[in-house]
Amino acid sequence: MPDGLVLTRHQGAPGLHTLDGYRKVGGYQGLARALEMGPEAIVAEVKASGLRGRGGAAFPTGTKWGFLPQGVFPRYLAVNADESEPGCFKDRVLIEEYPHQLLEGVLIAAFALQASHAFIYIRGEYRQQRELLEQVVREAYRAKLAGKRILGSDFGCEVVVHGGAGAYICGEETALLDSLEGRRGQPRLKPPFPAVKGLYGQPTVVNNVETLSNLPYIVTAGGAAYAALGTEASPGTRLFCVSGHVERPGTFEVPMGRTTFRDLLGLAGGVWRGRRFKAMQPGGGSMQVLGPQHLDVPLDFKAVADAGSSLGAGALVVMDETACMVEVSRRLVDFYRHESCGKCVPCREGTYFESQLMHRLEEGRATAEELATLADICAGMDGRCFCPLGDTATWFVMSAYRMFKDEFDAHVGAGHCPVRARLGAAA
Amino acid sequence: MPESEGDASSAALAPGTLQRLRDLRSRYPVARSAVLPALWVVQDELGYLPPWSEELVAEELGLLPGDVAAVSSFYSMYFQHQAGRHFVQVCQNVSCALRGADDLLAGLREWLQADEEGASPDGAFTLEGTVECLGACGGGPMMQVDRYSYEDLTVDSAREILERVRGSAGGGAGA
Repeated sequence: MPDGLVLTRHQGAPGLHTLDGYRKVGGYQGLARALEMGPEAIVAEVKASGLRGRGGAAFPTGTKWGFLPQGVFPRYLAVNADESEPGCFKDRVLIEEYPHQLLEGVLIAAFALQASHAFIYIRGEYRQQRELLEQVVREAYRAKLAGKRILGSDFGCEVVVHGGAGAYICGEETALLDSLEGRRGQPRLKPPFPAVKGLYGQPTVVNNVETLSNLPYIVTAGGAAYAALGTEASPGTRLFCVSGHVERPGTFEVPMGRTTFRDLLGLAGGVWRGRRFKAMQPGGGSMQVLGPQHLDVPLDFKAVADAGSSLGAGALVVMDETACMVEVSRRLVDFYRHESCGKCVPCREGTYFESQLMHRLEEGRATAEELATLADICAGMDGRCFCPLGDTATWFVMSAYRMFKDEFDAHVGAGHCPVRARLGAAA
Repeated sequence: MPESEGDASSAALAPGTLQRLRDLRSRYPVARSAVLPALWVVQDELGYLPPWSEELVAEELGLLPGDVAAVSSFYSMYFQHQAGRHFVQVCQNVSCALRGADDLLAGLREWLQADEEGASPDGAFTLEGTVECLGACGGGPMMQVDRYSYEDLTVDSAREILERVRGSAGGGAGA
């Protein structure tokens, strides 16, 4: 098995999506080991691993688990498989290629937390993947890996695969819980945090697919071994998605901290068609734009924050010289407008204003006065919305406006998109 | 709505569907959690969610019809009206757009002669371009036809796929 890899270390092994295939590469030995270790030792290993949530917020997983109040039962584990951050497709890969690894991670976490139920909430569009998970869970039940008295121990956990039905907001952990309770997926006020009052008002941990998929390795090899794969500030590895204007888009597992954006771009074959690099979005649709001057920044939480963005959900979207930053911004703003749940005014109205303005700007119909309102609209949203959806609906567009101000200004009153017109003239 | 329509409901569902709804209910500590899965079962069968089907789900789960309608109207993958036999979603988000998703959507819309609702005149397809990122950014431009993803498409390759799909049995959103 290749050194330095965790999530994809069994890549290419035959039949990995079946129980037999996964067992041939040592599958479920981590669960057996976990049952011997006991909950406290597992939590200690996860803390030692430095693992941080891979859904976007990067909150330390062991710390999150530690927030569960003592002695309050039942407790629940909710698995966030509602992947829908623009540019992000790693959880799809982890589910399609390593579904038993995910389930083993789910069961280890459920045991560490002493959860009676684990609910895997998977987005509605991933229907095929939902059915694969259902099959994998059935296999696990038959093999006494899930359900009552797991592997002959006193621990039991019911695993339920739950399909969403098309709502980006359900990736937000409290909206996910409302959706799981059979309601409209709208975020809840925090505090109380889910660890204290979550699903059905009980202590609940919500963890991302990639986060949990690391657990079999962490309990087997130890937290310190996992941490050492990355750097002290950014431990472990991460499965990055690279898409957009590159030769070979895909997912790549790389050590954190030691890898740069340029390395990642190289793994994806570089900018396609021999064109020049223009910009990138390092963490999915919600994160701020970075430019060529940031290519040598390492995939380290602090270094990327210092550059003015975030690794978010681990999705690198690359744009070459032909990309119009106004158009890209408009697409993202339209996305947030469509996905705004409507619960709070700054997000519901703000994304609408943003979208109207960006459409007019893209078509070259906006005036300078209108463009000047962009900063006002975004200032009225960022930090003032009920949940991060509305805040992040301003981040790309505002950062693009700052970095590519000339390009935005050139659209004012132009009657068309000047970037497209220039490309047309060059062709 | 007239009561008689509600009465027609159970008879309009396959034998065994009611039992499937009851089985779903027992999977959860609280019955209400079964709303989304129950609506999927009904939509898979009928292709959409007529009002009587929502009332039926409400009755099975011990909820008010309004509770169920509030849910079904929130989530974009539940259809309130009969759609085409196959649901074609073309992702228009940034990663796909950078690789030509606009041309793919426009080409398919023209070829399918889709109306404003995205419906093709033969009832075979409903085409939708306003979707979440479909999570297949490594293969853009892409489309999802019912439950299957097709990646790295051109208008021609997408047309060939839809020609193949056209004659097959339908299933509505995600089915």
